[in-house]
Amino acid sequence: MVKELRHILRDRQTLMVLLLLPLAMVVLFGFAIRSDVHDIRVVFVDPNPDYATIALRARFAGNGRFEIVGTVPTIATVEPMFRRGDADIALVFEPGFAGHLAEGTPARLLLVSDASDPNTGTTIQAYAGAVIASYQAEVGGPGRAVQIIPVTRMRYNPTLASANLFVPGLIALVLTLVTALMTAISLSREKERGTLEVLLVSPLQPWQIIVGKVLPYLLLAFANVVTALVAAWGIFGVPFRGSLVFLLAASTVYAMVGLALGVMIASVTNSQRAAMIGAMAGTMLPNLLLSGMIFPIASLPGWMHPLTLVVPARWFIVISRGVMLKGAGIAQLWLPLVVLFGMLLVLMLAAIRSFKPRLA
Amino acid sequence: MTLAIDVHELTRRFGSFTAVDAITFDVNEGEVFGFLGANGAGKTTAIKMLIGLLAPSAGSATVAGCDVVRESDAVRRRIGYMSQRFSLYEDLTVRENITLYGGIYGLSNEAIRDRGDGMLAALHLEKMAKERVAALPLGWKQKLAFSVALLHEPAVVFLDEPTGGVDPITRRQFWEMIYAAAARGTTVFVTTHYLDEAEYCDRVSIMVDGRIAAMGTPQQLKEEHDVATLDELFVRLARPSAAAHG
Repeated sequence: MVKELRHILRDRQTLMVLLLLPLAMVVLFGFAIRSDVHDIRVVFVDPNPDYATIALRARFAGNGRFEIVGTVPTIATVEPMFRRGDADIALVFEPGFAGHLAEGTPARLLLVSDASDPNTGTTIQAYAGAVIASYQAEVGGPGRAVQIIPVTRMRYNPTLASANLFVPGLIALVLTLVTALMTAISLSREKERGTLEVLLVSPLQPWQIIVGKVLPYLLLAFANVVTALVAAWGIFGVPFRGSLVFLLAASTVYAMVGLALGVMIASVTNSQRAAMIGAMAGTMLPNLLLSGMIFPIASLPGWMHPLTLVVPARWFIVISRGVMLKGAGIAQLWLPLVVLFGMLLVLMLAAIRSFKPRLA
Repeated sequence: MTLAIDVHELTRRFGSFTAVDAITFDVNEGEVFGFLGANGAGKTTAIKMLIGLLAPSAGSATVAGCDVVRESDAVRRRIGYMSQRFSLYEDLTVRENITLYGGIYGLSNEAIRDRGDGMLAALHLEKMAKERVAALPLGWKQKLAFSVALLHEPAVVFLDEPTGGVDPITRRQFWEMIYAAAARGTTVFVTTHYLDEAEYCDRVSIMVDGRIAAMGTPQQLKEEHDVATLDELFVRLARPSAAAHG
């Protein structure tokens, strides 16, 4: 037993992971598993603003949970906003809203939520409904029938199928795991065996070694993407409304980011085992918690939001959900793609740098 | 005779620790040079600087006529290397390893085929050409690794403890291969812990605490220091206090 204790204490890298990982998991999961939602981005469609619509809009503005991202005259502007992921809910006032209220006839309000994530979709609707109801109660009084009838629409996911939430994220998770793990193991195995040293002494340039090791896994990763998509569509019935070509292209870039991440992990670890643990902890954990795959980013506490920006999966999920559920294309999703490219470049450069002869 | 390796005041520091302390030596073309030293004496660090894996903190070195710092790419094309922990990929076949390294060093397909055939014939490994390297006994692996390191006919070949764990007969055969390579004009720079092997070298140097404590032909060194074997000399230099009480 004492010997075992010594083993444990002396393997610094693994020890760090074994102590910090559970702590990180508890902290992150604890924060992530919340069902309330903040920073709901609402866009108003108000063709004929009047005192009632303005008052109701002010209610939303004053409510800390909502963030007003736009007030537009027609509903046509709203759709692209949803596809880009710029808005969570749209409130569409019917023309003559105040008039109806005054007359005591139904004043209609259309609430359209982005229900790609069915959990937040319903929660958002509930919050919006609460604000509207409180306004309704104030405006009405004894004897006056004020009717604001919210008509709800769950956009992109009318049946609130949870597979639609999970599956695009699942693809991201699987891709990351496979790619990062593959290159991390391969490279650290060469390091351990000593064959990497021989390659470094050969005329091969560092970038040639890296590309040579990474490319075959790219093909493998691509095959994984295709099978995952087929499974998503065939088994889970996740819709496929956007451009397949764009999704495949984005998946390839994302897979390369994973491969480059694996190379980086291998270059800083000393053994295959440490590389494996590093790859799993460094990719699975952020992906599960910070990418919006299971726990919506809107549910995460504010201080975690900047953290999510460096998780590649977060950007890929915007793309995969956008293409699969919202039928979005490159016009709406160019930003996440550019971010992924940027990450790829940074990681590749860092990986190549790490192979150069250590200078004094 | 031109110098295959020319080292001048080569130094390497790691923080405040000086692993290699301004060593100066040279190796002639076609020589079999034994680079000896205890573990931790700075041997491995010195070699790493010569083959371009580590940059020197100070001093200079040229290998095969090229400066190791400024012309490292040229150096790499002109040298061969056999690492202590093997250079061959175990799950590739013998042929595949030959093709791989031939390709890495820029040999044409024809050259790879011809030289590969010649190598396999000389080693009597023709029947094992399609077998995975993992299936070969240790001695054969080592001899094969050495041959592969010579495939591209480098000017200098660096061998890092090439005969570790191998039976005496295979060691003999290995050294015969080394002599054959040297006779062809290849300079062989070898490190070893087997001091009886050191006697096979044309010249040897012994590193102690980052410096070269002795250098010369085995015969010269034995006469100078009045010892019967290099083993004694080594012990004397590496542990002066122990030898004094010895």
